[in-house]
Amino acid sequence: MSQPEPLFEAILNGDAKAAAALAKAALDGGADPLEMVTNQMIPAMDKVGRLFECEEYFVPELLLSGRAMKAALELLRPRLAASGVQPEGRVVIGTVKGDLHDIGKNLVTSMLEGGGFEVHDLGADVAPERFVAAIREHNADIVALSALLTVTIPAMRTTIEAIGQAGVRDKVQIMVGGAPVTQSYADDIGADGYSENATAAVALARRLMNKNAVA
Amino acid sequence: VRNEYRQLAIKEVADLRYGVSPKPVRCGFDLEIGAGQVFPEVNFTLPALEVCAANWSQVLAHYEEIARNVVARAVALHTPGIVLEFELLPAMTETPEWGAEITALLKRHLREAHDKHGLRSALRVTPTDIRDQVKPPVLRSGEPWLRLRRSFDLCIAAGADILSIESVGGKELHDQGLMYGNLRAIVCALGVLAPRDMAWLWDRIVEATAVEPRAVAGGDTACGFANTAMQLAHQKMLPEVLAAVVRAMSAVRSLVAFERGAMGPSKDCAYEGPVIKAITGCPISMEGKSATCAHFSPVGNIAAAMCDLWSNESVQNVRLLAGNAPEAYTELLAYDCRLMNVAAAHGQALVLRDWMTESDEMLSPQAAVLSPAATIRIATAIVSESNPYRRTVAAGIAATGILREANVAGRLPLSARERQWLTRIEDELSEMPANEDTLLAAMQDEHGRLFDAKSYGLPEAAIA
Repeated sequence: MSQPEPLFEAILNGDAKAAAALAKAALDGGADPLEMVTNQMIPAMDKVGRLFECEEYFVPELLLSGRAMKAALELLRPRLAASGVQPEGRVVIGTVKGDLHDIGKNLVTSMLEGGGFEVHDLGADVAPERFVAAIREHNADIVALSALLTVTIPAMRTTIEAIGQAGVRDKVQIMVGGAPVTQSYADDIGADGYSENATAAVALARRLMNKNAVA
Repeated sequence: VRNEYRQLAIKEVADLRYGVSPKPVRCGFDLEIGAGQVFPEVNFTLPALEVCAANWSQVLAHYEEIARNVVARAVALHTPGIVLEFELLPAMTETPEWGAEITALLKRHLREAHDKHGLRSALRVTPTDIRDQVKPPVLRSGEPWLRLRRSFDLCIAAGADILSIESVGGKELHDQGLMYGNLRAIVCALGVLAPRDMAWLWDRIVEATAVEPRAVAGGDTACGFANTAMQLAHQKMLPEVLAAVVRAMSAVRSLVAFERGAMGPSKDCAYEGPVIKAITGCPISMEGKSATCAHFSPVGNIAAAMCDLWSNESVQNVRLLAGNAPEAYTELLAYDCRLMNVAAAHGQALVLRDWMTESDEMLSPQAAVLSPAATIRIATAIVSESNPYRRTVAAGIAATGILREANVAGRLPLSARERQWLTRIEDELSEMPANEDTLLAAMQDEHGRLFDAKSYGLPEAAIA
């Protein structure tokens, strides 16, 4: 992309109204929705992620860009679906049972949506059986578990065990995150991946999708 | 409203210092807080352990060990007085009998230490505000509220000397405001929704504490609001100037507890405490450099400048070389307090206060709004207005003024992006509607799905 496209700029600047208007105009003009996503929208969110990582953007700028991305994507999604284009992956996300904290989980949700994933957010204090039901209902590729408290991270293990007992463990990749969680803990409880922050969560989700594809 | 604060209890910067409050609180086993000395307030929690019936004996064993060791360390160090804070975990509030059982256990240790060693002490108990389990939170009815209310009663009956809470009313909108940097949502949460919930909730807490056996209605904290902002700023997710302004504005909602009858000491994680102390004259608990076990803060020294209790926020009961972590932190706090009290005994409290202030003040916007002078300025702005909404805006404007002046004077360095945000916050605060009805209507349009109008005593039609 030699010259930044207006849709790219609108997403980069977090202008949801402009992004939606530009997406609609482009579609009305016969633009290919997949090209719009591939050449403008995902590159815009990738740049937003880089700006956040190098501390040029704060979370509000990042989330406003995510919101702009979503506004444009909602217009494109029916056309993409009609032409057989699938989302990057289907994610079921929630904070585990006993834990009411949801800011980090919301951040990851927004980043994953901005990264082209279809995300089903179950909220906070989510019981294992709700994760299992959501995996089945949404045909999920990935389950993302969040926890903030040292006394609630054991519920991550319980949730993973419940997913296994329900017979759907081999259908999903499981990623975990939250302040008390470490790679070592993730390995110990049998998660497939651990992310330290929201931007890294998108890269992790993409890696897990590739793992799914290989498997 | 039991107390209407239209002027400051502490008007002069020189009178706003650690250990002394115009309205000391006597409670527990012969402990008087705010009457000249600073005491440690030790807070503790479990290591990674699920709180459930199957693990209950392990849970109790942890609290037995914590209480035994903390009290022993306090006695060994000749601590003149100590407060233990028991913050219930969510499961201990959902099953109020569990929280009460641990309350009684802790009180037993304090009673024995008082009887045997003359250790002056008090037990603060803080049930978890579990009312936000559904979205949008239902605050004034339902099973979570009934369990929380029962938790108050059972914990008081079991021996709580001071009752506190970290209430969450308005947080559902505030989180959204923080995440999107939406000042109007933040102000509506802090200045309109939270004060309504605080008034309703604290009327009931004060009522619960007034029944025999009585307890002191301590105070609240804007932890879920301003400390969330502080931690997100620490992670470079939010501008520090925004966190600083949120801190100042959050004092208004925490003040409501005192308007409804709280007497202090306010909660340790309420860094807005100095503003509360200046306005009400009630003692406060603070945390800073000796709470690094729990979280980062850029206000480690300055936070102590005006405290009456000095806390470690929370530490897990894990083994260290020196013993278990809660007793190690008891020792840390005890030495911090010794130094403050000796300085005060020698008439040097203001010198130490000002050193603690100067060592942090201009290294972070969040410290800059916490100095004694900034505290008086923010508190004055608050009492100059008559309703929580206008007070919140006034506190925010006072905070931006403090930050801007310090930056322009070259005392407080701010990065370019922090300066951009400061300008944006100044602009948005100056453009806030004159009255809350206009703001509420806009918020209902924009974010109405996030909060339950009835939970704030708002007729739905009025804001639809």
